[in-house]
Amino acid sequence: MSNFYLDNPSLRHHLHHPLMRRIVELKERNYTEAEQYDYAPFDFEDAMDSYEKVMEIAGDVIGEIVAPNAEEVDHTGPSVVNNRVLYAPGTVENLKATTQAGLMGLSMPRRYNGLNFPMVTFIMASDMAARADAGFCNLWALQDCAETLYEFGDEAQRQQFIPRVCAGATMSMDLTEPDAGSDLQAVMLRATYDEANDCWRLNGVKRFITNGDSDIHLVLARSEEGTKDGRGLSMLIYDKRDGGVNVRRIENKMGIKGSPTCELTYKNAKAQLCGSRRLGLIKYVMSLMNGARLGIMAQATGLSDAAYREAIAYARDRKQFGKAIIEFPAVYEMISTIKAKLDASRTILYETSRFVDIYKILEDIERERKLDETEKAELKKYKKLADAFTPLGKAMNTEYANQNTYDCIQIHGGSGFMKDYPCERYYRDARITNIYEGTTQLQVVAAIRHVLTGTYLSQMKAYQEEQLNPELDGLKIRLARLVEIYEQLVPKVADTKDNEYIDFQARRLVESAGHIILGYLLLSDADRNPELFKRSAEVYINYGEAEVRKIRDFIEGFNIENLGYYKQV
Amino acid sequence: MSLKIIVLAKQVPDTRNVGKDAMKADGTVNRAALPAIFNPEDLNALEQALRLKDEFPGSTVTLLTMGPPRAADIIREGLFRGADNGYLLTDRVFAGADTLATSYALHEAIKKIGKFDLIISGRQAIDGDTAQVGPQVAEKLGISQITYAEEIRSVKDGKITVKRRLERGVEIVEGKLPLLVTVNSSAPNCRPRNARLIQQYKYAKTASERQTDSNDYVNICNTRACINLEEWSAADVNADPKQCGLSGSPTKVKKVENVVFQTKESKAIDSSDRQIEDLIIELITNHTIG
Repeated sequence: MSNFYLDNPSLRHHLHHPLMRRIVELKERNYTEAEQYDYAPFDFEDAMDSYEKVMEIAGDVIGEIVAPNAEEVDHTGPSVVNNRVLYAPGTVENLKATTQAGLMGLSMPRRYNGLNFPMVTFIMASDMAARADAGFCNLWALQDCAETLYEFGDEAQRQQFIPRVCAGATMSMDLTEPDAGSDLQAVMLRATYDEANDCWRLNGVKRFITNGDSDIHLVLARSEEGTKDGRGLSMLIYDKRDGGVNVRRIENKMGIKGSPTCELTYKNAKAQLCGSRRLGLIKYVMSLMNGARLGIMAQATGLSDAAYREAIAYARDRKQFGKAIIEFPAVYEMISTIKAKLDASRTILYETSRFVDIYKILEDIERERKLDETEKAELKKYKKLADAFTPLGKAMNTEYANQNTYDCIQIHGGSGFMKDYPCERYYRDARITNIYEGTTQLQVVAAIRHVLTGTYLSQMKAYQEEQLNPELDGLKIRLARLVEIYEQLVPKVADTKDNEYIDFQARRLVESAGHIILGYLLLSDADRNPELFKRSAEVYINYGEAEVRKIRDFIEGFNIENLGYYKQV
Repeated sequence: MSLKIIVLAKQVPDTRNVGKDAMKADGTVNRAALPAIFNPEDLNALEQALRLKDEFPGSTVTLLTMGPPRAADIIREGLFRGADNGYLLTDRVFAGADTLATSYALHEAIKKIGKFDLIISGRQAIDGDTAQVGPQVAEKLGISQITYAEEIRSVKDGKITVKRRLERGVEIVEGKLPLLVTVNSSAPNCRPRNARLIQQYKYAKTASERQTDSNDYVNICNTRACINLEEWSAADVNADPKQCGLSGSPTKVKKVENVVFQTKESKAIDSSDRQIEDLIIELITNHTIG
């Protein structure tokens, strides 16, 4: 019997973070729904007990069904028959089980048949799902599109679509096109208003659409004829029942093979406008992407977890030179570093999820009533932190997933290169995480703003203020020194006022912020739960400290005049 | 069309780990020494019932179980997976029942539940492995039975079509409702617990559990009627005490023991097809596999 929640005490640790009390109180509107719904909680303890139980269900379905199917799904993959996607049999079984377990529409309000659970729990289920099958994690996590539909759709649209998502209808976000990848402003798919039928019509092509044959699509399309940039784009909802969108082909990919990546053709497809015209990219897709980025952070974390388990199990089992290879420093260092990066990934994943939870719930409350001044300040604070932490965490976690799955193969030696062990699947699956939903390079573009405006710095200082067990003082002092280094480095780059140079050094600055913040978060974990996290805090801070110093050496020793050496034309 | 379905389920000791204290002095199973679980084939039976409920909206699935007070877990487990309600048949009078006394008590309870279209149960329970209770219940109720079911193919015009898994193949049979079906472990696994239902029913308790439980949430049973679990005694179902429990049981258990297959000697085989085939045949013949 395998349960991916119960066998992973760090999930329980993150679920029971002190900030949850505030999150649940807001999400449950002071527990007022208990009278109306016989499955709504009475108080905080009751809600937490329900989260525990539901995470246990998710852990059971994922451990007993999704994980055993993963290898077959990776080998078989989906196919296209008569312009429709047929999932691998294991994928069909996974979707059925998660739907029967009532795990779809986890975060949606109860009035649309959702569970009204916080983002933290949704992300936790994604984290577990990715550990089992990263490709399936995509299909599961795309239910988060319902969040965007809820936020920006009108009441009729909410009622029309959200209950279907809760009943298992799948979703997709149709954004990229052959000539619009990272640059979504170039989207060409045409949306024209059909007056005779009082609806919109979609015509054109989309490419690289994850789960592109889903039941409900959110489509980014050009509704304003003659426009060329993002301001001419709107978001539309396409219902597969109406027809008009066909799957031309699916990509033959390196990894996440269970998740169909589709090329779609739209032929006069009927659609409804979601929200206001022209806000498609600027507002809605940005929100959609932030949610998706958090989902990819979870996917990367789950992959790191899978890599860690596989690596340590193999290293304990494999004997060379008369002993288990885990006894060799070269091997145990790799494993402890994988573990430290895994724990670091997970801690920023849940910290970010909590920030997102608080601000999103407050925004939702704002739709019902006016917020008071304290609440307004709270919303502003957490929205900013969520904006800052999402690209940072996405960049750090997805790079770590790549490093961890790479090292996992290394620990397996030649065997790891063979298809006999799952580590090669993890490695292939991880490779997309730092590319899609914005490459690491694009995450840096979003994150550098928060380096330059001081969001990260002030959060580092807030962490430094936290009262922790004095045993952790040594590590805390070392982090404080890193903050000093960081404080010197940022103006050194920023004060040049040379945008190209700032872009050149941006990744290094963002990574420094990442190492320091992840270090603080692990310290806080070690404070609450030393048995689980003390080692990782030590190992990670050793690692991060060396990285930050390396970055300092590079930036301090760099002569801006020499930028030319790097320009390849 | 909607169906009234009764699922017979049993809480069983997890016999996968039988220790020395597995049997009491009187020869019955010592339930306290073993973790209690939902009898696996009864979960297969529950799944068949839930599939019919999915197919015919408005159908109801009622669980019936007999056992000590803690067997209320079975009802809760069923509710978490989609059953509509359940009855726990519990009374000291029922203690020590063999299959005859059990089927007697169950059939009295079914009479009390009232009209039904279908009774589904697991083929057998892993503690006794008798496969007798289902058939005996059908006999006592005077209805037909289909045993060893792997799949309920269809229910239409008062008739049910069932695929039976037999030793040397499958058989498709048809029967007239009302009727009793026993389900094999080769049938599909039961669906997982449901996230909403577990929240709805996590505080579901029987009256006697509420008396002994100090949980703060016990009083919510007054506001949420659905979480009051029905508990019936022998008198509640008009059962004759003489036909219940030990006094109603002609079967006497002599001994319970854990049989462990032990290798007495080792045998080397090479990787030729011939040798592997011989080994497989040997293992099947001596029931190590298959």
